[in-house]
Amino acid sequence: MKMHFGFKILCALLLMYVAIFAFLTPLSPALLQTDLSEIKPGEHSFTLTGYNTHFAEGNNALFLINDSTLSIPCTITEVMDNSHVRASVTMPNEIHSKAFAFVLNNQVDGTVFLESPMKVTDFTVNAELQSSQMPKFQHGEASFFSYPYQPIIMESIRNLMWHVPMWFTMFFLMIISLVQSITVLVKGQRDGDQTIVAINPALIRPHDNKAAMSAAVGMVFCILGLVTGSIWARFTWDAWWTKDPQLNGALAVFIVYSAYFILRNSIQQEENKWKLAAIYNIFACILMFVLLMVLPRFTEGLHPGKSGNPAFSQYDLDSSLRTIFYPATIGFILLGYWIYNIRLRILKIEQDHENL
Amino acid sequence: MKTFKHSLFFIALMFCTFTAKASDGMEEYFYSSGKIKVVVAVSAVVMIGLLYAVIRVDRRVSKLEKKLNSNK
Repeated sequence: MKMHFGFKILCALLLMYVAIFAFLTPLSPALLQTDLSEIKPGEHSFTLTGYNTHFAEGNNALFLINDSTLSIPCTITEVMDNSHVRASVTMPNEIHSKAFAFVLNNQVDGTVFLESPMKVTDFTVNAELQSSQMPKFQHGEASFFSYPYQPIIMESIRNLMWHVPMWFTMFFLMIISLVQSITVLVKGQRDGDQTIVAINPALIRPHDNKAAMSAAVGMVFCILGLVTGSIWARFTWDAWWTKDPQLNGALAVFIVYSAYFILRNSIQQEENKWKLAAIYNIFACILMFVLLMVLPRFTEGLHPGKSGNPAFSQYDLDSSLRTIFYPATIGFILLGYWIYNIRLRILKIEQDHENL
Repeated sequence: MKTFKHSLFFIALMFCTFTAKASDGMEEYFYSSGKIKVVVAVSAVVMIGLLYAVIRVDRRVSKLEKKLNSNK
């Protein structure tokens, strides 16, 4: 009945590890923007803004790359600080295509890219232009262990360690609830037509308690997942609530499980209550899987990793994120189970003393 | 009834957050230094939520203690 002490220690250690390294791991360096908005043949001077970069500490080499065949070297005129650099470039008359990207390399950051939307005018486009000698790049020291930089998400990629484990914990607790509900139905069966045989409440009540309590704790994690997701969405997708199928599916799951508690608490007669709640819970759990795992794959959504073959979704997660994300998931699942365990024990004491 | 009240409270809280109009100052604050403040807000919500769950458990235990003491 009690949770093993080792699991509690493991839970505390994992969550401490997550709380520290979710914040301390640096973000990979990246180029943010440039003030160069239009290029034509001739000389241009511009500034580049970086994020987490170390321009002042390394030997910078800056190139304007055209379709990975043509590299135009830029001269760095002034390094203002670690994240701002001034440079100039002389453009030739002939280019390969109209796609340009800045590539900056130094020994601290490694290589950083920027594909900036620029107006490209007055060039002769020559698709047969031969490849020039591509520059040799040095490997960076800083990019050894860091979270990947994503343009709009930026630092908020760390939310992965808080938002996503909430849903995993909810799934874990709801599956416990499902198993206990099935046990209620299996143990509460009567033999054939002999409906007079009374069912032993002591045999079924513990399972009903487990089903209800794990679903109740699962609801806490569902609410936390919704609220954290909403905050994250506001600063990534620019709205508190969007039409994303997974987001609305999560709200539907919340309402479905609310109905489970309303149903369970509205029936006075105990035997009916156990059975009806158990039957409804099986439907609710299946609905949860359909709404959160199946349906989002059939429609377009904003959540990453939901389109295409799920077997390839492993490539969505960087290995540096995994080393924190998996401990976070296990830690929160243990915490959820812990709270569920305490609530179950309290409920049992309450019931024992009502009957005295 | 108690659970229902708590659910209502949470639903109200959720709608408050979803319909809240973000002022310019708040937006500027959250977008500064690479959106790290969003992470702070999210982890704070997780901490407060779990703390609230633990406080509710604590209240149940206190109620139970009172009941057991009065039965003696």
